[in-house]
Order: sequence, then structure tokens, then C-alpha cells
Amino acid sequence: MRVTVERAALLKALGHVHRVVERRNTIPILSNVLLRGEDGLLRLKATDLDIEVTETLPADISEPGSTTVPAYMIYDIVRKLPDGAQVSLEMSGDSGQMQIRSGRSRFMLQALPESDFPDLAAGDMPHRFTLSATDLKRLIEKTQFAISTEETRYYLNGIYLHTIDVGGATMLRAVATDGHRLARVELPAPAGSDGMPGVIVPRKAVAEIVKLVEDGSETVTIELSAAKVRLTFDGVVLTSKLIDGTFPDYQRVIPVGNDKLLTVERSDFAKAVDRVSTISSERGRAVKLALGDGRLTLTVTNPDSGSATEEIEVDYDAAPIDIGFNARYLLDITAQLDGDTALFKLADPGSPTIVQDREGASALYVLMPMRV
Amino acid sequence: MNAAPFCRDCLTFAASAQAVRCSVCGSPRLLRHKERDSLTIAHVDCDAFFAAVEKRDDPSLADKPVIIGGGKRGVVSTACYVARTYGVRSAMPMFKALEACPHAVVVKPDLEKYRVAGREVRDLMLELTPLVEPVSIDEAFLDLSGTERLHHGSAAVTLARFARRVEDKVGITISVGLSYNKFLAKIASDFEKPRGFSIIGREEAVEFLGDKPVSMIPGIGAAAQARLAKAGITRIGHLREGSLRALYEALGRDSQRLARLAVGQDDRPVRPERETKSVSAETTFDTDLSRFDDLEPILWRLCEKVSRRLKAAHLAGQSITLKLKDSEFRILTRTRSGLPPTQLAVRLFGPARQLLKAACDGTPFRLVGVGAADLCDGEEADHGDLADQSVLKDAHMESAIDRIRAKFGNDALQKGLALRKPQR
Repeated sequence: MRVTVERAALLKALGHVHRVVERRNTIPILSNVLLRGEDGLLRLKATDLDIEVTETLPADISEPGSTTVPAYMIYDIVRKLPDGAQVSLEMSGDSGQMQIRSGRSRFMLQALPESDFPDLAAGDMPHRFTLSATDLKRLIEKTQFAISTEETRYYLNGIYLHTIDVGGATMLRAVATDGHRLARVELPAPAGSDGMPGVIVPRKAVAEIVKLVEDGSETVTIELSAAKVRLTFDGVVLTSKLIDGTFPDYQRVIPVGNDKLLTVERSDFAKAVDRVSTISSERGRAVKLALGDGRLTLTVTNPDSGSATEEIEVDYDAAPIDIGFNARYLLDITAQLDGDTALFKLADPGSPTIVQDREGASALYVLMPMRV
Repeated sequence: MNAAPFCRDCLTFAASAQAVRCSVCGSPRLLRHKERDSLTIAHVDCDAFFAAVEKRDDPSLADKPVIIGGGKRGVVSTACYVARTYGVRSAMPMFKALEACPHAVVVKPDLEKYRVAGREVRDLMLELTPLVEPVSIDEAFLDLSGTERLHHGSAAVTLARFARRVEDKVGITISVGLSYNKFLAKIASDFEKPRGFSIIGREEAVEFLGDKPVSMIPGIGAAAQARLAKAGITRIGHLREGSLRALYEALGRDSQRLARLAVGQDDRPVRPERETKSVSAETTFDTDLSRFDDLEPILWRLCEKVSRRLKAAHLAGQSITLKLKDSEFRILTRTRSGLPPTQLAVRLFGPARQLLKAACDGTPFRLVGVGAADLCDGEEADHGDLADQSVLKDAHMESAIDRIRAKFGNDALQKGLALRKPQR
């Protein structure tokens, strides 16, 4: 293989693919990135056996061929090369080494043959639809924070993506929960998504997708089978295994009869919660919300350090109620809301509470109360 | 206060300060010490507790060597004082104990009976002071400061009366150590066993400790002893000789505490409630087991036991530890933490079972145990959360089972799993 490629393009592509490579690997080839030059294109591929990212970029191929080299090392080398440089990649004979040359720099990297490189056989992907990058970003950003890290309930370690009929219209929904809070966001189902299976996209893939979508592609094509998902951005393809498990029936935990309505100024509320929670300890992060007649009193009491109270004017005219929440969860959720106000729908101090921008908003959050 | 010697048998003061025997009953067991009436921290330890309870319940055992220990194998948990004269010690493997004393009567432990007796002793202690810190089923620290007027006598006199009361009411004997802190009280109680009553005063403490072996310090076991011996420290007095710095190099973080103990200083208060850090249960098998199918029912029963204890103490665990001991006595523990708080047997069993499954690789095990740690208030447990409503069902089912068992006994209702017998 002998390939010449522009440094900036190569760096960008390596930046996309090298991230999926685990820093520590027991199988040497998994530390490597696959490079294949043919038909005027250089193709890069990296995998951790759960996720695979490939990217192609135009290159000057003087001799087609392929090899694999340590991903982090080649990424660091290319990163340190000067701007605007041309980089040449060349397999030197049967020495099992790949040479990188640029200007007066020269590197020899230990290579491993392509034949050993695992392939995340994608198989048949019967469902296919397209989303705008903004929509995909919204589905992920509004729910990502609620993904669980608890290993025993592995089926919560991702975002549950599925279609559902809501009042006659088919919606594409993303849901995530760690048991304490739940995030649900939906948008009208794009053509081709109807009838897709409900899938759980794992946390690591979600994090990669966010980074790729931020790198400015206009639309994203999503293909699905029961076991895998593939997202195609401009020139970048991410394939991931899905979590093999059943997402809990989240609809049953979203309360419907919560009739105590509280509307707050979102940023005032978040700042007040942030202020009073300064007092709280690492373990007990509870903030008490005492509601009555147009006034909300936030209180944090920490036996070790003291207490804090703040009052804010709110829109509330139901019966007085005292309810506790984890301060961090309140902040996480208010940070996700879009409008200037936040609407809380409460029932009683022991039951889940709904938080939304406003009635009927497309994003909905459910929060379990804490004892205070 | 009366400075005359106090008779531990007839509970009266002797007529003269020089009396060798009690002027009323003639007993030599006189309690005398310069600081007798100013010391208030006591350590009370039942003498050969399990064996004493068995002898109480079966007078024919009175003069025989009695060993309490479990099953075909396992270890001596208690040896009575007769058996001890043959060299039998607790924690000794049973076969060795029987080599030393072949005619010993071996009694299987009846923990429930001991718990009742221990509770009786504990209740008698609580009649003296609320400041009772249990160390185990048969020993406790007591702080009797400020009880002189209430009990019409100094702490020493109160404790002597208490020892008699335990003998009369519970039918076992105890040994008492009295001093000005827990460390010395503990050492004192060990001094004259059985039926002992030792006093270590402020004036004599430092001199008393000087030539005692370091192994006398609670918590200094074989390993620490070896480390200390390397640094030339075999007696408690040696701990006072070198500089603190040299001591630190030999002992690390523990050095300051030991240096203070060596001069008789220990300011740990007697705390009535010891915070429970974990709740666990374990069992040693008659023969080694290696198959998951054989271990699983045992694990289930242990989880039920731990659950029962958690519920009784209104606690819930957020981490589960599986403990296994293989035939070479190597201990293996596996922990799963960060779980939703639970006190339900089924919820303890789930992760414990997974850990056991992963650990079963054909190794023969002699012991399995399960423990719940990261404890929190039982109120916070098993409410279910947004991702798991089934826990509510589990909780209802288990509380129904618990109610049936409370009424008809623990064996009234069993999971089929618990009845599975090991395949031979």
C-alpha cells in the first residue's frame, strides 16, 4: 500500500474513528485502526467489538493495499504534523512496518495484517430512515443524562428508541431512565421508521453519535436490525450492537392524574436550587420544596454543616405540599428544558412528579421524590 | 464510701481493712484496691459462655470436659474450663481438640439458646446503666460513672453484686475487669478468669503494662506480633522506649494509637449502640460442595437469614457480598455494589446468585456466606423506582410469607429451591 493524503483530512477522519478504540486492550489488533487504500479513496476503520466506525476520504493511491496500525499513535503523530502538510503512508516490503512520511519527519509503526482485523458483520438492516442532524441531536441530548450506569440493570444502559402511536400520529420516541428520573422526547416519525423494532442504543454509542452529529452533517441515515444499528453521516458510518434486553414498560410509571400544577421561572428556580444545595452533603442531596399559596420555599438541611432556605414567587394554587427531590436531578432536568418556564405536575410527596416546559411539550421528564 | 474490702460472695464489707477473709462468710474473694471506688469503666465477659449455658441446662455435664463445636468437622467454638486443662482452645480444629481430650463431650451449638441467655445478661447490664456497649453475644463494656447514688455503692460494688445476680438469675458465671478506660478494663477482665474481678488503677497502669506481651493488646494478632518482633518490640513497655518516629516506621498509622495504649491512655467512649456496618450469614458444609446446583439452595437459605436480620433491624443493604472458602481454606469474596437498597430475600438472592454462578468453576468449597453492606434505613428500601415496579410485588409477597412464618414458624412455608438436596 502506498497512499498520500492531506494532513487536515486525515486528522479529522482519525479523530472520528480512533475514539472507539479502548485504551487498554488484551487483543492487540483491537488497538489498531484499519487503513485501506483503493479507487482513489482511503478507508479507515476502528472497533471495540461493540461499535465500529468507518470513514472514507479522497486520497492519492499510488499502490492499493491495506494494513492496521496503533490507532492512538497514528492519531497523535498526524495531530503533531504541521498544518497543510501532505502525509504519505507506505507499507515497506514484508518488514511488517508501515512508514509515515511528512516533510522531514519519518515514522515506522508496527503493523498487523488486515486479515486479523475483526469485522462487525452488520448483516441485513431491514429498517431505514433519515433524520435531520438537529432532530437526532435533540432526541439524544434531552435523554442522554438519564441513562443508567448501573451494571445489574444493563437494559437501562442506553436510550430506548421506538415508534409509538400517539392520538393517531406515529411518533419516534427516545426514552432513558436510571430509575430515579426518566426522560422522554418524541418527534413525528420520519418516513420508513414506522414498524421498526424498539431498540436500546448503548451509552458508548450514544456518546460517539453526539460527537459525530456535532461535526456538522446535515442529515443522518439510520438503519436498523433487531441486533444492530447503523448511522451514516457524511462519509462516516457508525455501526453498533444494540443492548440485548427488554426496556421496562415506562408508560406505566408516567403518572396521569397529577393535579397539583406548579409553574416556575426556569432560570430563577435553577439558580435557587443550586444555591441552597451548596449546603448539602455528598450522600444526602435532598432539597425540600414547600409549596403553598403562590410561594415556594426551598430548604436543604445537612446535619454536618448547617441549613439553607430560599423563597421564590411561583404560580401555584393547589393544596400546600412538602416534597423532596435530589438537587442534582432537578438541575439536570431544568437544564434540558427549552422555555423560560418549567411546569411541575405533582401528586403527593411519595409519588413521581412530571416536569415539562409546558403542557403538551414534546419532552417530558419524570422524577422520583426523596424522603425529606 | 467504705474503703474496707468488699466480699464478692456475701456482698458485705469486711470489718477491717486488713481482713484476709470475709468476716461474715469466711470467703477469700475480697475486693480490695486503692482506687476501687473511683474507677467506673468495666468490661464484662461471660466465662466459657456456650459451654456454661450447656452445663447449666444439663447438670450431668458439670464435671466433664465439654466442647461446643459444629458438625463432623469445623472448629471448637468454646471449650469449658475442664476441657481447657487438656489444652483444648477455641478456634482449634475439632480433630485436634479430640486428640488432646478424647473423652470430651462434644455439643452442637444451639445459637438460639445462647442468644436468649446473652440477652438475659444484657438486660441485667441495662438495669445498671444505659451505657452498655455490646462487643459480642457474651461480652460488653459498661460505663458506670454517676451511678453511685442510684445503686448505693461504687461501680466496683455494683459490679460485684451484678456478678452474683447473673449467677443466680442466668446460671452462668462472668468475669469483670474494672479500670478507667476500655483498653485496661478489657485486659483486666481476662486476668483472673473464671469468676474473676480484676482492677487496674491509674497509678499502677503504666508499670503493670510494662512487661506484658504486646499480644495482650486487643487487635494485635499473629501478623502484627511478627512485625513488632522484627522491630524488637515484644513487650508493651517496648512501645514506650523508641521515638514515635521509629515506631511509625515499624507500624505505620497504628503507631500513635499503640503508643498511647502503652502508657494506659485510651479515650474511646463506651458507646451504647454500635453502628451496624454489615449483616451477614455463612455456613460450613459437612462435605465440600462444588456444583452450583448444590450451593444454590444453601445460598437461598442464607439470603433468607440475612433478610430476616435486616428486617428485624430496620436496615437495608445496597451492596451484596458473596463469600466462599475453598478446601484449602482460601477465602474468595465477590461484591456487587450500587444496588437499589433492599431487605428482601429475593432481591439479595438475585445478585448473590449471579456472583455464585460466576464463581462456580469446579472448585470444591467448604463454606459459603452472604452479606449485605452499605446499609441504610429500611424505610428507604424496596419502594420500586421508575424502571422497576416488580419490586413492589416482591415486597408484598415476602411480607405475606413473613406473616405466615411469624404465625406458624419458619418452616411453615419454603421455596421449593430451599428443599433441594445436594446430589452425592
